[in-house]
Amino acid sequence: MEVQSSPIVDQPLELLAETVAAEPQAEIHPDVALVERAKAGDTAAFEQLVRQYDRQIFRTAQHITQNREDAEDITQDVFFKAFQKLDQFQGNSKFSTWLVRIAVNESLMRLRKRKTSKTVSMDQDVETAEGSIPRDFAEWRPNPEQNYSQSELAEILRKTIAGLPPGFRTVFTLRDIENLSTEETAEALGLSVPAVKSRLLRARLQLRERLSRYFRQNKEASK
Amino acid sequence: MNCTEFLAKLTDYFDGQIDPALLTEVKEHLGTCHHCEVVVDTTRKTIDVYRGAQTYELPEELSNRLRAAVMERCRISGKLPDIAVKTGK
Repeated sequence: MEVQSSPIVDQPLELLAETVAAEPQAEIHPDVALVERAKAGDTAAFEQLVRQYDRQIFRTAQHITQNREDAEDITQDVFFKAFQKLDQFQGNSKFSTWLVRIAVNESLMRLRKRKTSKTVSMDQDVETAEGSIPRDFAEWRPNPEQNYSQSELAEILRKTIAGLPPGFRTVFTLRDIENLSTEETAEALGLSVPAVKSRLLRARLQLRERLSRYFRQNKEASK
Repeated sequence: MNCTEFLAKLTDYFDGQIDPALLTEVKEHLGTCHHCEVVVDTTRKTIDVYRGAQTYELPEELSNRLRAAVMERCRISGKLPDIAVKTGK
């Protein structure tokens, strides 16, 4: 079955500022002042924004693409595109959410280019039932951090999250790793809140199921 | 509350966005269902282990290099004043 490309991938950057939902009236975020200064040609202000968010954008891009070189390129591209489109940022959403949205777009486009025979989108494989129903009820004792070295654990986590469909991986990354709220994640991905919640549940359960294979195996082996 | 109904509320339960009456039902179910108790515990550990692992950190040197490259591209695009780009070094 052909997978439709996601609206977010195809959406021109020009529309991003307009389509990010407006938040209720709240205190003005400090980034707004930096953005205003950057719009006026203040190099230091824009550089400060890059400094504040380069790590978040890099992590997001690498989690989605699973490729370090791509993540480096995307990080550059995101900030350059943001710079070019600064006038479109109206301050209705967080500047970081706006950046993340650009990063998700760039990352999914990069994935799509890499897999030339296959369309990659937020919707790909999200209908899979795999992992939606818990099957493994083994306890994880001791905790994974106690059973594995930092590098072993990092490798397991990388392999496991790489196996998730991009649509689930992206939601889990934004919500649980980058700690965006459900509403911010929905804004950044152009999804409804219920859709984010549904994908987050399935992403969490799939990861749990996959990690359980490693962690329960280790427990049994250590007996 | 059965296991399927519990699972449907799992995201709201983790996010603390569950009304008090339902929370009581969830806790009652967890008190009687070991499988769901394990699912909650291991799902929470799944989130914690990813959050704490810092799997893809950006090294300072690479951060400096990327930032310098971004600022250079911005300068070349003609919108920024033509000044020396800081590398952070």
